[in-house]
Amino acid sequence: MPKTSSDKPQRKAVALVSGGLDSMLAVRVLQEQGVHVEGINFFTGFCVEGHTHAIRKKDRDKPKRNNALWCAEQLGIKLHIIDVSEDYKGVVLNPKHGYGANLNPCLDCKGFMVHEALEWMKKHDFDFLITGEVIGQRPMSQRKDTMPVISKESGAGDLLLRPLCAKLLPETKPEREGWVDREQLLDFSGRNRKPQMALAEKFGFKEYAQPAGGCCFLTDANYSSKLADLWKARGEKTYEIDDIVMLKVGRHLRPRPHFKLIIAREEGETNFLRGYRRNYLSLNTISHSGPISLIDGEADEDDLELAARLVARFSSGRTSELVTVEVRQKNGESKNIEVKPLTAEDIPQEWYV
Amino acid sequence: MSETTLDARNLLCPLPVIRTQDRVEKVEPGECLLIQCTDHGVINDIPAWCRINGHEVLSIDEQDYEIVIKIRVGKTR
Repeated sequence: MPKTSSDKPQRKAVALVSGGLDSMLAVRVLQEQGVHVEGINFFTGFCVEGHTHAIRKKDRDKPKRNNALWCAEQLGIKLHIIDVSEDYKGVVLNPKHGYGANLNPCLDCKGFMVHEALEWMKKHDFDFLITGEVIGQRPMSQRKDTMPVISKESGAGDLLLRPLCAKLLPETKPEREGWVDREQLLDFSGRNRKPQMALAEKFGFKEYAQPAGGCCFLTDANYSSKLADLWKARGEKTYEIDDIVMLKVGRHLRPRPHFKLIIAREEGETNFLRGYRRNYLSLNTISHSGPISLIDGEADEDDLELAARLVARFSSGRTSELVTVEVRQKNGESKNIEVKPLTAEDIPQEWYV
Repeated sequence: MSETTLDARNLLCPLPVIRTQDRVEKVEPGECLLIQCTDHGVINDIPAWCRINGHEVLSIDEQDYEIVIKIRVGKTR
C-alpha cells in the first residue's frame, strides 16, 4: 500500500460521483486529507445526461459534456462508469420504500447504488465509500432517519462516510480508525446551498453543475406519466432499455389503448427514430414532408388508417385533402395508403401522453 | 501495431464510453482502438474519459451522422 508523507498507509475511497457539486466537494474534502479517491458513476437508463441532448438537432450546437466525467477531470481522479441498467429494473419496478412525488424510488435507488459501489470497493481492494449526501437536502433519501437505512440495507454499514455532514452522524470506521480526521469533516444540513458554494469557492471550483435532483428522468412528472402509461397499456410493470429511451424521444399519442404513436418533432429525432424501424412498425408521409412515426403496440387495418391520419396531421400536408403515407413493417415490406389528415379538433387532448 | 474496432453506433451517451471502457480492459497497452459512434456527445465524452484514464486520442473523424474516434490505450488501467 502506498505511504503518505506521514508514513501512514494511504487509504483508498471510492466515491459515488453524480456530476453535481456535492459529490465534487466530498471528494475534494477527502483528497485534502491525503486519501486516494476514485469515482464511480452508474448508468441506470434514466440518466438525464446525454440522451435527449444528443438526439435533438436543435441542441446539437450546444456544448455537451458528461458532468461526472468533467468533475472527475477537475478533481484529477479516475472515474468508472458502470452499466447497471438491467439490475436497476428491480429498483424501479418494485421499490421496497415506494416512490417519491413521481416514479422516483430515491431511497431504494441510493441503497442499490451504495451496495453496487460496495461490491466494486471489495473487488478492487478499496477501504471505504463516500457520497456527497447532505442531511435534509432531499425529501426521501437524504434525511437523518433514512441515511442509516441506506447504510444498513446496502450492506455498507460504517464503511459509508458522508464527508459533508459526517459531524452530524455517528462515527464511521474510517473516522474511528484514523483513516480520516473527523474534525476536518463537515456539518452541512438542509436545503440551503450557501455552505456548499462557500466551500466550492475555498477549493477554487469556478464552475460546477447544478443538478439539484435533475439528474434522473424518474423525478420528472411528464416522463413518469409516460412510463405509467406504458405499464398500464401493457398490463404489467415491465420495460426494456429501448422503451425507456423512447420515452425521451418525440411526441407520444395514444389514440387507442392497445397502441401509441411516437412522432418525431424535428430532424434529429427523425434520424434517431429511423434507426428503430426494424423494431417497430413505422409510418412516413410520402406525398408531403413530415416526421417519421413509430407504432408501439398492435395495430389492425383500422388502427393503421387512424394512425396514418394522425401522422398526416403533423406533416406539411395537414390542410390537404389527401396525404399518402407509407406503412412499413419491421421486415422492411411496405405499402402506401391515402388518408385525409385529422384536424386539430379531431385530436382529443387525452391522446397526448 | 494492432488495431481493433468497436461498434458503438446507435448507442446514446454514456453507453459508448462504457463500451469503450469495457473493450479497453481487453486491449494491450499501446494498441489502437477505433470507436464508431453516432451520438455526438462522444466528441466530448470519450476524450474526457481518455484524459482521466491515461489513454491518447489520436483522431476524431466526423462524417454526417457518424463519428469515428481513434485512441491508443495507455499503460495504466
